[in-house]
Amino acid sequence: MKLDLRYPIGLMFAAFGALLVGYGITHPDLRAPLTPVNLNLYAGLCLLAFGVSMLLLARRSRR
Amino acid sequence: MTLAPIDYLILAIYFAFVLGIGWWLRRRVQSSEEFFLSGRSIPLWIAGLAFVAANLGAQEVVGMAASGAKYGIMTAHFYWVGAIPAMLFVGLFMMPFYYGSRARSVPEYLKLRFDEKTRTFNAVSFAAMTVFSSGISMYALGRLFQLLLGWSFTACVLLAAGIVLVYILLGGLRASIYNEVLQFFLIVLGLAPLAIVAVTRAGGWAGLKERLAPEMTSMWQHMGSAADNPMGVDAFAMVAGLGFVLSFGYWCTDFLLIQRAMAAESMSAARRTPLVAAFPKMIIPFIVILPGLVAIALTRAAGSGYALPMKESGVFDYDQTFPTMLAQFYPAGMLGVGITALMASFMSGMAGNVTAFNTVWTYDIYETHIRPGAGDAHYLRVGRVTTVIGILVSLGAAYVATIYNNIMDLLQLVFGFVNAPLFATFLLGMFWKRATGHGAFWGLAAGTAGAALTHGLTLAEGKGAWAAELYRFPSTMAQNFWIAIVAWTTCFLVTIVVSLATRPRPDAEMQGLVYGLTERPRDSGRPALLAGVVAAILLALNWYFW
Repeated sequence: MKLDLRYPIGLMFAAFGALLVGYGITHPDLRAPLTPVNLNLYAGLCLLAFGVSMLLLARRSRR
Repeated sequence: MTLAPIDYLILAIYFAFVLGIGWWLRRRVQSSEEFFLSGRSIPLWIAGLAFVAANLGAQEVVGMAASGAKYGIMTAHFYWVGAIPAMLFVGLFMMPFYYGSRARSVPEYLKLRFDEKTRTFNAVSFAAMTVFSSGISMYALGRLFQLLLGWSFTACVLLAAGIVLVYILLGGLRASIYNEVLQFFLIVLGLAPLAIVAVTRAGGWAGLKERLAPEMTSMWQHMGSAADNPMGVDAFAMVAGLGFVLSFGYWCTDFLLIQRAMAAESMSAARRTPLVAAFPKMIIPFIVILPGLVAIALTRAAGSGYALPMKESGVFDYDQTFPTMLAQFYPAGMLGVGITALMASFMSGMAGNVTAFNTVWTYDIYETHIRPGAGDAHYLRVGRVTTVIGILVSLGAAYVATIYNNIMDLLQLVFGFVNAPLFATFLLGMFWKRATGHGAFWGLAAGTAGAALTHGLTLAEGKGAWAAELYRFPSTMAQNFWIAIVAWTTCFLVTIVVSLATRPRPDAEMQGLVYGLTERPRDSGRPALLAGVVAAILLALNWYFW
């Protein structure tokens, strides 16, 4: 019944992060016209880290 | 711009999560207090982030990037002058009365403090305004996605509105607030990379300063006279008009925002809600304004690979700043996150409007004037029906906007007149116990009339002066700020004069509603310290971008 909001937030960002990292690895040469780096990989890693830390925080407070 | 399958997948995952949150919360909604006020049980960090997110609509993201390209870093005045001081004030000084009075809405506070007619004046104008502004932002969203991605206007608007409708019907204000927090993180984390890669491309802040005219990269140096800066506003009009009247009028009285703090779990959490919200609010200009500055800098540099689109009339189409920057800097994948973030910003703004509208309609108009004394289950049902009707009226307004753009401009203008004097009423109501209901009502009426009259007698960029032209402003922004200053002053003075001429209310009736007759809340959670930290960061930002 009670919803710890950190779970859905963590899950969604972990999913986005994992998707982007996967896409960045499988499409390593994909670039936007003006961005010279593999943005999917780097931004994906940040989103993944944020999502996972939200999940960890939520789990820690439950115990 | 076309989206890849991964972009659609990201958008679909986001939709699943917001709907899932509404579904999860559905069984908690057993009473109208839960549906409209989340049972006053929202934790501080959630209330604080929802407070920012409800204000962070798609028009803000797109509009602030456009202003960044047009006016430069001065646009940050809308945050650092035009929001933060008022947010500190409402948290430290006004929340004790809002939360402590146990009013269920801002208009209801006016009823408790003043009288029925003042409440009704505020409730009706607020209800009309929220419905139309959510219609206008729906229109903006539909146009944006139509232009950008070639989606059908109707499909886009129906999809977005439908999802907001479903999660609010299921989970009430709590679903709206929880989703606003999710949306807040998505907007920040999904759009911040754009600011980072774009500013890097332009050579950092130093590179931007080099590429742009000096008045585009300093906040205060060119504000001595209105003629010296691209906004056409001088420092006094900025600080008094935007920083005081408009900003305090919005952040301290708009129920859309106050509702988030009223839903907090305790007085101490309610007071700190706007203070906690001030931290992310200070950071948002970097995300939404800097891409605009980069856009104009790259447009001016030949061969940079980016140019702002032009309108047919040969002027820059500033509204396209943000979407075109996304398209140039985000590859497929990240682009999905960026587009989803824009969709999220639209939904957070719209859900804010809808939840505020259904509460004011149900409590302040329906329960007061149409059917008083019915059971709670009845009002809960009315709240749900109102949610549907509110969204339908907004949809209607969005379609009217596609046909008659001028009607929307006119409505926004009229709402501006009604809003401008509001803060004077609340300030006197909360801090001067001699202020009376007649004073408040006639003050508001006079302030609104004063605003309309100022608009009718002054001209700016061809706008206004429908009665006579007595004065000409260098820009409509300066005109708006001065209209607000006149309206506020008129309301302030008329309220005082009429109050002194009418019978005062006995003190016993105003316990907990006005300064001097209210027990000071204990300062648990150190709100003053929190406000001090915000103020210090605020000064540092103004100094750095001076």
